[in-house]
Amino acid sequence: MSAKKPLKYTMYLAAVAVFFALILLPPIIGIFIKWNTIEEVLGQPALMHRALIAVVNSFVIALFVSALDVVAGVPLAWLITRGKSKWLNVLDTFADIPFIVPTAALGYSLLLFWNGPEGLSALFGGSLISTGWLLVALLHFTFSYPIVVRVFVGALLDYKREYEQASRTLGAPPFIAARTVTFPILKPALIAAFILSFARSLSETGATFIVAGAFENGPVFLQNMRNAFSNGLVSQATYEGATIFASLILIVTSLSIFALIRILGSRLRLPFNRVWPSIERKLSYTKATASRNTVTLLVFLAIVLLPSLFVALPAFQALFTEHFSAAISGSGLWTDYWQSLLISYLLGAIVTVIGLIVGLPMAILIARKKFGGFIATVLDLLINVPLIVPSIALGVSLKFFWQSFAFMPEFILLIFAHLAITYPYIVRSISAAFERISVDIEDAARTLGAKPFDVFRTIMLPLTKYSILSGAIMVFTRSVSETGATLAVVTNLQTAPVVIVNWVRALQNPALNANITPSVVGLGCGILIVFSFIILLLLRLITRGKGRY
Amino acid sequence: MPEVRVVNLTKKFGNIVALDNVNLVIHDKEYFSLLGPSGCGKTTLLRLIAGLIEPDSGEIYIGGKRVDNVPPEDREIGFVFQTFALFPHMTVWENVNYGPRVKNFDLKAAGTIGHEVLELVKLHERLNAYPNELSGGMMQRIAVARALAAGAKTLLLDEPLGQLDAKVRNEIRYEMRRMAKDLNLTAIHVTHDQAEAMSISDRIAVMKKGKIVQVGTPQELYMKPNSLFVAYFIGESNFLEGSVVEAKDSELVIELRGGDKVKVFGEGLKKGERAVVVVRPEVFMVEQKKQGENVLKGTVEKISFEGTFVRYEIKLRSEDSVVVIRPSLTEKWFEVGAGITLSFEPEKAHVFPYPETSLAEELSV
Ligand SMILES: Nc1ncnc2c1ncn2[C@@H]1O[C@H](COP(=O)(O)OP(=O)(O)O)[C@@H](O)[C@H]1O
Ligand SMILES: [Mg+2]
Repeated sequence: MSAKKPLKYTMYLAAVAVFFALILLPPIIGIFIKWNTIEEVLGQPALMHRALIAVVNSFVIALFVSALDVVAGVPLAWLITRGKSKWLNVLDTFADIPFIVPTAALGYSLLLFWNGPEGLSALFGGSLISTGWLLVALLHFTFSYPIVVRVFVGALLDYKREYEQASRTLGAPPFIAARTVTFPILKPALIAAFILSFARSLSETGATFIVAGAFENGPVFLQNMRNAFSNGLVSQATYEGATIFASLILIVTSLSIFALIRILGSRLRLPFNRVWPSIERKLSYTKATASRNTVTLLVFLAIVLLPSLFVALPAFQALFTEHFSAAISGSGLWTDYWQSLLISYLLGAIVTVIGLIVGLPMAILIARKKFGGFIATVLDLLINVPLIVPSIALGVSLKFFWQSFAFMPEFILLIFAHLAITYPYIVRSISAAFERISVDIEDAARTLGAKPFDVFRTIMLPLTKYSILSGAIMVFTRSVSETGATLAVVTNLQTAPVVIVNWVRALQNPALNANITPSVVGLGCGILIVFSFIILLLLRLITRGKGRY
Repeated sequence: MPEVRVVNLTKKFGNIVALDNVNLVIHDKEYFSLLGPSGCGKTTLLRLIAGLIEPDSGEIYIGGKRVDNVPPEDREIGFVFQTFALFPHMTVWENVNYGPRVKNFDLKAAGTIGHEVLELVKLHERLNAYPNELSGGMMQRIAVARALAAGAKTLLLDEPLGQLDAKVRNEIRYEMRRMAKDLNLTAIHVTHDQAEAMSISDRIAVMKKGKIVQVGTPQELYMKPNSLFVAYFIGESNFLEGSVVEAKDSELVIELRGGDKVKVFGEGLKKGERAVVVVRPEVFMVEQKKQGENVLKGTVEKISFEGTFVRYEIKLRSEDSVVVIRPSLTEKWFEVGAGITLSFEPEKAHVFPYPETSLAEELSV
């Protein structure tokens, strides 16, 4: 026993060390390397004001969207886990689609759908929704909605339904039972889902930029500064200073918000003590449930799925043109495309595996408070840092940092960047799953003679399988679709989203490359989506066990 | 009022038939047990009655009203789960008050009910404790109190004592019955422990593989088991295989394996048929030497002293082993290895046709 202890602690210490050395510190040090440039911004009140407004916009949108996500996403998760139809499995997989569309393509797709003449707007004569904050909010809803669904489906599958059944037998109609028993017990998952979608909304860059128009939130501000710098409109010092100034405020403010959620979250009592039996009864039964399910599905189809896939529509037309044969034979601009696809999947796989290896001990450390409650809380907070840093800022600061190690190949740099971005997903989903499982179960296994590792392998792993899988899916899809940080980090290497962003740019500015047509972009996105979808399906089939826990 | 009746109830899980065309009537204010080995469908039946799962076919009535389409919250039942399912995020008081609250009882009345039921289960001091701070026995009582406070008229108890240690279990089981009787409840108590069912039930249904084998009072089940399975599952029995050599009305002579002949009473058996004679351990009388009817000779193989009784394992000439139980103070003991003559009265034994498959298969659970 005592001989084993150091080994165990070494593992946890190593996990913490890896987290600090590879994930947390590089971007922060990257920022501090350029610390002095911040004065540049302090000397320009107008710029500072603009940066602050942008950051405030980020928070307003993130808050609004995440709240909406929870309201709209939880019913879908409920339908997926509780419904009886066989089609729900398909729905479950479809819910991941917005994940796998590279955000840049997603932005473009939404733009087409809501704004462009090819989309819905055709019905209204003029654009239905113009670029700006509303379209940004819609976009953020689209890509963060699946996060809430994924996290909550995992939580509902791990949930012991007897609590809810007990509540029913005590006289609570389904709606009250869910509100007073199930949701409060699943509160950690609700909070995790909220934080994830909040953070995602704060940090998304690639797609937001496409639909933002004149509107600026934090990441768009950063991208605008970058472009202004590339076009020689501002000095390098101003660009770097503004980047660091805005990133810093984003990081500090969101950390404070997360700390607040963390502290208040455990006190927050979800069962508002009152119940309204007559109203809530009405909400409980078939008619209300059916209309709720209908609305849920409509929202999912009309606001999430259709707009996400709209970009692939030209792909169907492209199937019958020379583009398709060109794509299949990999000639012309498709050579780069297939290569980038390969790089993306390779990168995604590597990042997922490394993420699981370095993230698992950290998740256990946090969930089981191995080094005490305080350290667990602090680590839990720090985990979120890479989530909330706008991915472009993360990429830029990572580059600032790793540039000091000139020998670092670009691919490795990319692995680091993606690892940093995806790390929180894996740790969050696994630690939330562990927190839901009573320590008693582990203790029971120990008393039955199982070594700690056996307990993990035979008890915890099977019990948290679904959550670990959903964490892995998030990491993989996030890595495959990541645009902002990748663009900031690489110069030569091209991942699939980078290719697609370049194509979208060429589409908007034909001077760049006249060969790019909507069909080409549609086909490119379509192929990426189909491949990712197949991989997701395979992942699910492989891990589908005999029972769902 | 709450008589519970199920008619032709069937429930399948995939290929598993958990309940196979079950018919059962539980009378108003009865303390009723569902008894059977693990996996025989007891929980499934209880959950069907509660409305937590839906039957594939059949009907369920509570208080004369068909409830198949009534959701669990409107069936006026209380359910005590095997794991208790106390809400972990609520205190004892909030747990107990949950039913009144969601049923919108007048607050003052709800408070009174809460105090009354906590009084009833003697757990008044721990109002503000959370479930994870309570012992198993306390959690069990809170679970019952919670069901009662919600105004349950029918109490459904799924192995309510299964998680408790033996001593607590023995105390609480009588308390459960007393409480149900005091409050005029109908109680359906699921258990796999026949001693538990026998000691507290008005009537018992013995189940096997999704079917009800026999329903009756504890005495009826013990005295007149309708099948080998019930004889085996309720109390303790010796099974002696043989075949019918004489049959005159219900009076049969069976030649046992090993050649001994015994007289027993039983219906439906014809000459030449294989049969199994069932004799309870305490039915055997012992003398050292005796000739005559229903006499079996053997040797004492093992003795165990159980306080009030001595328990012998005796090997018969046929190589069959039987168990015999005798009072320990009022009779002389036998030594291991002693020759012994057993006898029994024909009226106190049972006889059944030899099962179609095999005896072991018939008794397997
Ligand atoms: N939800 C379920 N899914 C699949 N099989 C089940 C389910 N519930 C019960 N069963 C099966 O039905 C049979 C009866 O189970 P149960 O009613 O729990 O038995 P008991 O309570 O008597 O131990 C068992 O074979 C069990 O495996
Ligand atoms: Mg059971």
